[in-house]
Amino acid sequence: MVNHIKRLLIVNRGEIARRIMRSAHNMGISTVAVYADGDIAEPFVKEADQAVSLEGSSSLDTYLNHDKVLAAAKRTAADAIHPGYGFLSENKTFAAAVIEAGMIWVGPSPNAISQMGDKLSSKKLMTEAGVPTLPSIEVVRGSNAAKLAMEIGYPLLVKASAGGGGKGMRVVLNETELLDAVESARREADASFGDDTIFLERWLASSRHVEIQVFGDNHGRVVHCFERECSIQRRHQKIIEEAPSPAVTAELRQRMGNAAVAAAKAIDYTSAGTVEFLLDGEDFWFLEMNTRLQVEHPVTEEITGLDLVREQLRIAQGEKLSFDQSDISIDGHAIEARVYGEDPGRDFLPTSGRLLLFERSNVANARYDTGVETGSTIGIDFDPMLAKVIVHAPTREEAALRLARVLETTRIKGLTTNRDFLVSVLRTQAFLDGDTTTDFIERFDPPRNWSPSRIDLIEACIAAAMVAQGDRRAKAKVLTNLPSGWRNSEMPPEVVEYLFEGEKVFLQYQSQRDGSFDVVVDDFELSVVIKHRVGKEISLEIQGRLVPFTVVTESDRWFIHGPMGHLEFSEAPRFPDPDSSDLGGGLSAPMPGTVVATYVSKGDSVTEGQILMILEGMKMEHRIEAPYSGSIEEIYVCEGDQVSNDEMLVVISKLTESGN
Amino acid sequence: MLFCVLCLKIISGGLGVEHCLKIQLVRKDSEENRMQVIKSKLNVRSDEYRSNREEMLNELDFIATLHSEAAQGGGKEAMERLRSRNKLPLRQRIALVLDRDSPFFEVSPLAAYNSHVKTGSGFIVGIGVIADTECVILGHDPSVRAGAFNAWNSKKLMRGIEIARTNRLPYVQFVESAGADLRGRSGSDGGSRRAASGESESPEKRIKTPAATSHFAESGRLFYEITELSQMRIPSVSVVFGASAAGGAYQPGMSDYNIFIKKQSKVFLGSPPLVKMATGEDANAEDLGGAEMHTQVSGLGDYLAEDEHDGIRMCREVIAHLNWRKWGPGPSLPSDPPVYDAEELLGIVNRDLTKPFDMREVIARIVDGSRFEEFKPRYGSTLVTGWASIDGYPIGIIGNNGPLMSEAAEKATQFIQLCNQIDTPLLFLHNITGYIVGTDFERGGITKNGSKMINAVANSTVPHFSVIPAASYGAGNYGMSGRAYGTRFTFIWPTAKIAVMGPKQQAGVMTIVGRQSAERRGEVFDEEADKKRVAAVESTLEEASLALLATSAISDDGLIDPRDTRSHLSISLSAVHNNKVEGAKGFGVWRM
Repeated sequence: MVNHIKRLLIVNRGEIARRIMRSAHNMGISTVAVYADGDIAEPFVKEADQAVSLEGSSSLDTYLNHDKVLAAAKRTAADAIHPGYGFLSENKTFAAAVIEAGMIWVGPSPNAISQMGDKLSSKKLMTEAGVPTLPSIEVVRGSNAAKLAMEIGYPLLVKASAGGGGKGMRVVLNETELLDAVESARREADASFGDDTIFLERWLASSRHVEIQVFGDNHGRVVHCFERECSIQRRHQKIIEEAPSPAVTAELRQRMGNAAVAAAKAIDYTSAGTVEFLLDGEDFWFLEMNTRLQVEHPVTEEITGLDLVREQLRIAQGEKLSFDQSDISIDGHAIEARVYGEDPGRDFLPTSGRLLLFERSNVANARYDTGVETGSTIGIDFDPMLAKVIVHAPTREEAALRLARVLETTRIKGLTTNRDFLVSVLRTQAFLDGDTTTDFIERFDPPRNWSPSRIDLIEACIAAAMVAQGDRRAKAKVLTNLPSGWRNSEMPPEVVEYLFEGEKVFLQYQSQRDGSFDVVVDDFELSVVIKHRVGKEISLEIQGRLVPFTVVTESDRWFIHGPMGHLEFSEAPRFPDPDSSDLGGGLSAPMPGTVVATYVSKGDSVTEGQILMILEGMKMEHRIEAPYSGSIEEIYVCEGDQVSNDEMLVVISKLTESGN
Repeated sequence: MLFCVLCLKIISGGLGVEHCLKIQLVRKDSEENRMQVIKSKLNVRSDEYRSNREEMLNELDFIATLHSEAAQGGGKEAMERLRSRNKLPLRQRIALVLDRDSPFFEVSPLAAYNSHVKTGSGFIVGIGVIADTECVILGHDPSVRAGAFNAWNSKKLMRGIEIARTNRLPYVQFVESAGADLRGRSGSDGGSRRAASGESESPEKRIKTPAATSHFAESGRLFYEITELSQMRIPSVSVVFGASAAGGAYQPGMSDYNIFIKKQSKVFLGSPPLVKMATGEDANAEDLGGAEMHTQVSGLGDYLAEDEHDGIRMCREVIAHLNWRKWGPGPSLPSDPPVYDAEELLGIVNRDLTKPFDMREVIARIVDGSRFEEFKPRYGSTLVTGWASIDGYPIGIIGNNGPLMSEAAEKATQFIQLCNQIDTPLLFLHNITGYIVGTDFERGGITKNGSKMINAVANSTVPHFSVIPAASYGAGNYGMSGRAYGTRFTFIWPTAKIAVMGPKQQAGVMTIVGRQSAERRGEVFDEEADKKRVAAVESTLEEASLALLATSAISDDGLIDPRDTRSHLSISLSAVHNNKVEGAKGFGVWRM
């Protein structure tokens, strides 16, 4: 019997909430958003037919809070709940509570979730179903981890049984690293999933991550929608995904597809799910099954033409899958890149801040699944993914190169992202050759950040200077109609200095009678004409060459997008502060987060490399180590404190030759 | 979000279109109210225009070299010495104090040209914008004789204070001065407010030192006028960049705010050598008058800056906290540029000033939209009068199109009164050889009517501006609000000639007088000798009347590029609007 959903509540945020709404609205279903305090102005809240505040800021207080979500559903008379991915998507208790409350749960049964939710037991189940798995062993509290590790052999992986998304996962190369890894994985698992069960698993250093999208309906049909390859990962999190995999032949696809369907059938799986495998040559091993919609589902949609959310909703309504295995085929190639607020140059640590500009590229066709817009704030409470950019092209190479260009011309300003890194990965020859393994980044080490040439930098600085002078003239309160920097005698030119990662650009300019500017920088003397200026868009004629720029600024920071790419730099103050004395020996927070542990107190002597405190942000731990030996002069934070990026944590006075 | 300017409603959908139409209607109405655009008759393809333009450009090229010379201050070596002591050149100090990209109008940048003093005189005076406030900025150039006073820069400084006083502009001075230049003759004196000009050689032989019309006994007016500014509630700010001894010490002494720079500022009545001479004390300059002493012990300094940048930043802060409000009305009309290209100003005036030109061609290239509402065009047509605006400021314009006749003088008198009635500033565009002479004209009352015009000019209280593109001779200069008539700003073009009369006329007059005198004495008039004398006199007078000598003597505010006329006037108009702009309620008795 088909039970049509009338009002769907989405317990999620950002791009996936918008993605689900899009399909729901297309099917004539009304939508309800729920939101944490910080999300009130985000696009997904505005796009929902109605929205309910969850009154809180942390995930635990909001998107993970069963009672609040269920109350919101009741208040809005929602008859179905879609969990998206992450948060409550694989929470059997919540799924059961939704069904208990008489609503439709858009997802697999609580029983299926439960069977696949625990990585250890699911592996056992799969082995029974004849699906190959990697050897693994649980580390019970108090057991001898080192002895257990001997059975698996190094290198190995410490994993949280309840884990996902790379959280609570550690690679261990030898015994000396083991205990630390076990302890921190346990802590992270506990914090993230409320379950500190962890296990050791053999680690294949150089394999591919290939997963099969499956669907099961309530009428006994189980199909697979081919594979996705998600080998490009950093910190065990996927950043580039594609379909189909360059390593999967039709024959292998058949075998893996059959294994995935068998896995789903073994637990009477309904809804969308993903069976993850490690692939090495022709051999593959079952890793885990994700009982939800995946972040990277768009690449499957692109090559099959399916709407996976629509299928989920149809299945939840009791309808049959709209297709059978023989109905679908692979058309072309799709690649998705995840743009994160993170700093590839600082070990991909998350960044936060306000997006001063977010504009999609218009150079070629691309799909943007994004939860943010210009003005959005990327906070520290939630995942800092800004957008998924997906390109579908006839060939893999074309898809990769187009995606690189699209990313390059996407205007993102206000916070550091991995965009340039994604571009360099996509353009790496090894990537284009399909030599993609999970250690791709370690093997090929693509440039973490794009570095502009001196000329690129100079032109961007000229754009900044021209925008700045125009803005100052527009804001002037007296003598507003006179030409910029008008002089009737010989006076020094206007000067400005920009700082870009240790590089300095000292620029001088003087307006000319014809309205152009003479710009002097390095050994160049350039004639610059402002051809066109509307808001942040400026077109400059530099020595007869017309160059368009997008220029955004906030306080002393400049964000320039030009034909050369994206550049950020700061402007040196016109009047340097003569009092600014260097606070020597200070260690500041490398990312926003919470201080979860401090191991030293004021006056303590520390040695180089000693762990001083542990910072946790985005459920990721980061150790603050002493850069040199000395004594703790001051500690500015204590356990539980929230710190922002670059906030001072501790000052160490250096041990001098004379012994301090 | 779009707002309809008419009803202040948010524009959405069809509503916007309707209101948009209304706005267009209103615009059309106001266009009907606007003045007519001048129709230029200038032929830019004529040989005359081309040669005028070429000559003007040549002259401007030469003037540009003088500006470069002035920008050199005391020369390369002196500049290097400054830099080696980590001090900024004066022009950089001024550039730093200004709001970035704002205009700066330097007053008399070519002062002292062709004198024994460096071109520019060693001081810079100008109007600049600091923290959105128009200020008079004065700076001693330490590279020119250690910033000491001389006759030229003293006159320039007094002019700077006069600009601050009459236009109510905050006064900023960058002090670094050795005081009076003991090697030269001049003291720190520009004379009294209406100083007599010219110094004559004395025939007296008993004293070797030649006499002069200025004397130390008259000096020190500068300090009087700085404190007078304060009394008039016009703030004065001193930033002391170096030594400022003796008289120079009173420059900060009389200022409202003093910023001293650590290890640089040294202010004392007597320098260490003078103290040694006077009392025998071996004084150390830093203890005697250092920045730290004055800001901590004597209280002469208010702010202690770490370095020059810091001091300049503090100066900007002080100006910002003044929360300056201008007293005059803001610009009230559209400020669109002239329809005609300012470039064409270069070819209008012929160096031979006997070649006439229509002053309307000049007006058409300096006023907003080239719009001009002419007053009494058919009466006294050797004078053009009418209303226009420059950068939105309404202005009355009086321009010469020939010698001043009785009718023209009467028309000017009426026009000046009308502008005073409606508080509208006046712009005088000079090309005047004088009031007409001759028996018929005297019978027609030319002296009487000319006097009326001078009465009106002298007693008019709206701000006056003079631009001299060509001749400005004799009483014509007075009637056209010459420098001596309280004109707020005077600018001359390279083609300007200013004198009591034309050189030819003056030489001719001397020949006639000489011949008459010879006849009276029954002597033979030496025609040959007279010819030589006429040639010599003519060339001397011609030179003396030249624009460069006028601007060297600071008898104007600058010799300007004709293309910059509108910008100079725009800055001047904005400056005068810092003060009240009010017309006279009464004039002198009109001679009827």
